[in-house]
Amino acid sequence: MEKRVVFRSAWLPYVLVAPQLAITIVFFFWPAAQAVWYSFQLQDAFGLQSEFVGLENFKFLFRDPHYLQSFKTTAIFSVAVAGSGIALSLLLATMADRVIRGALVYKTILIWPYAVAAAVAGVLWAFLFAPSIGIVTFVLKAMGVDWNWIINGNQAMLLVIIASVWKQISYNFLFFLAGLQSIPKSLLEAAAIDGAGPSRRFWTIVVPLLSPTTFFLLVVNIVYAFFDTFGVIDTTTQGGPAQATQILVYKVYHDGVKSADIGGSSAQSVILMIIVIALTAVQFRFIERKVQY
Amino acid sequence: MVEKRPLLDFVSHGVLILGAIVVAFPIYITFVASTRTFEEIMQVPMPLLPGQHFLENYAQVLFAGTTTGSRAAVWAMLMNSTIMALAVPLGKISISIISSFALVYFRFPLRNFFFWMIFVTLMLPVEVRIIPTFKVIADLGLLNTYAGLTLPLIASATATFLFRQFFMTIPDELAEAARMDGAGPMRFFWDVVLPLSKTTMAALFVIQFIYGWNQYLWPLLITSDESMYTTVIGIKRMIVGGDAANEWNLIMATAMLAMLPPALVVLLMQKWFVKGLVETEK
Repeated sequence: MEKRVVFRSAWLPYVLVAPQLAITIVFFFWPAAQAVWYSFQLQDAFGLQSEFVGLENFKFLFRDPHYLQSFKTTAIFSVAVAGSGIALSLLLATMADRVIRGALVYKTILIWPYAVAAAVAGVLWAFLFAPSIGIVTFVLKAMGVDWNWIINGNQAMLLVIIASVWKQISYNFLFFLAGLQSIPKSLLEAAAIDGAGPSRRFWTIVVPLLSPTTFFLLVVNIVYAFFDTFGVIDTTTQGGPAQATQILVYKVYHDGVKSADIGGSSAQSVILMIIVIALTAVQFRFIERKVQY
Repeated sequence: MVEKRPLLDFVSHGVLILGAIVVAFPIYITFVASTRTFEEIMQVPMPLLPGQHFLENYAQVLFAGTTTGSRAAVWAMLMNSTIMALAVPLGKISISIISSFALVYFRFPLRNFFFWMIFVTLMLPVEVRIIPTFKVIADLGLLNTYAGLTLPLIASATATFLFRQFFMTIPDELAEAARMDGAGPMRFFWDVVLPLSKTTMAALFVIQFIYGWNQYLWPLLITSDESMYTTVIGIKRMIVGGDAANEWNLIMATAMLAMLPPALVVLLMQKWFVKGLVETEK
């Protein structure tokens, strides 16, 4: 896309893009380059000296069982968050698209969590599920479930998944609702006249027509689970117990800030960057394809 | 509605009511806890109706903080959060509207190169490059400053893309007419482009306000001084240990205060919010 009518000036456009370029270079390219540089360095424990070690940090990472475990944890976590978040919000959006009475009330309540910070969402759910005083813990105990996420890794994982899905449900809901409302009513009416019931219409018309939205949300939710859930994890489990909820981004933070292992943490950053770039590339390819429809 | 299905309507309302209850429940419990005393919350199970200590708890956190955790007063944190939540969207909108104006309405050497430089930033959230960005901020002496808090978050391409997309839809005739009448590019920008972009700016503002207010990792790293804490960080600093060591009534009052401004923005500006969300991402 290009404009046909343009203005002419030898200096004005440079002045206009300068502020954004300056910020981008200082806070984006410079740090990103440093991350790559550090990832090839090994620093001593006091940060006084460093030597060039090539790919040693990366080799070390892929031999480190904790790091490989963190990969697995991240995979389970992000698939669970994206999968259940998308399924639940599709259900709610389909229902909200049907009803007329009270639609605004439902919508208003369901979009509220979007306004809640991930870290605050973590605090809220940690309080509900608190091992000794939590109200949900009390109900679970009454039902015979021994709930204590402080020591039980699976329960800790479940807690961070619930809190993360809760926070993201509004976002998915709004996109599905917008998607549902853009499906032509004539298609659904034609199918109804031909005798297709609501569930048949849902699976053969609504689901295929929503597939671009679903795919888009899948990528967004995976990116969300990878990065934006940092706040949820830091205010609840802090990666524990025994690294059961230590997703990749939390490990970058933990190794770099808490353990001051700059080289190892930077190598992890570089690997994360590659993952994000791959995800974004997938998403853009898909958007390109959608434009041709 | 395609046809009448009373049973399905009934099920729909049932699912929605259940969903709304599950979504609202944590917020309701937070509110209840914020109106109770510490002892009342420590009972198992805790009471499910609001108590009498609303004013007491909120006054304590606003002016004195907690006693076991951070003692910083929450009103100062709310100020910091507000500054951050305003600086991020205003900064982003102003730098990106002019850069996308230049990218759309001018042809100049390196234009495509600049475009790609900005475009690449879409891919890397702050979380990925925390340690080096932290070092850059430290080298620039910006730790514990508002500039350090906000500038790295302003470097993002989303707004630039949104504006670029929108400028593409402005009819060429307008620019032609402006040129015919002898208006220069900046005159055209102020008198035509800026007024037309109001809707886009409002939508972006709402989304970025929430983004700025809810920031966590970045302020956690660069604010060590209590006077620079944002509200979300303040909550984290109030949590000190096991269930019984935390003053949950005060933490929950602070959580309510941290949720309120973005929630109000979402509820009052729902139209802009939905528009901003759906458009920023596409």
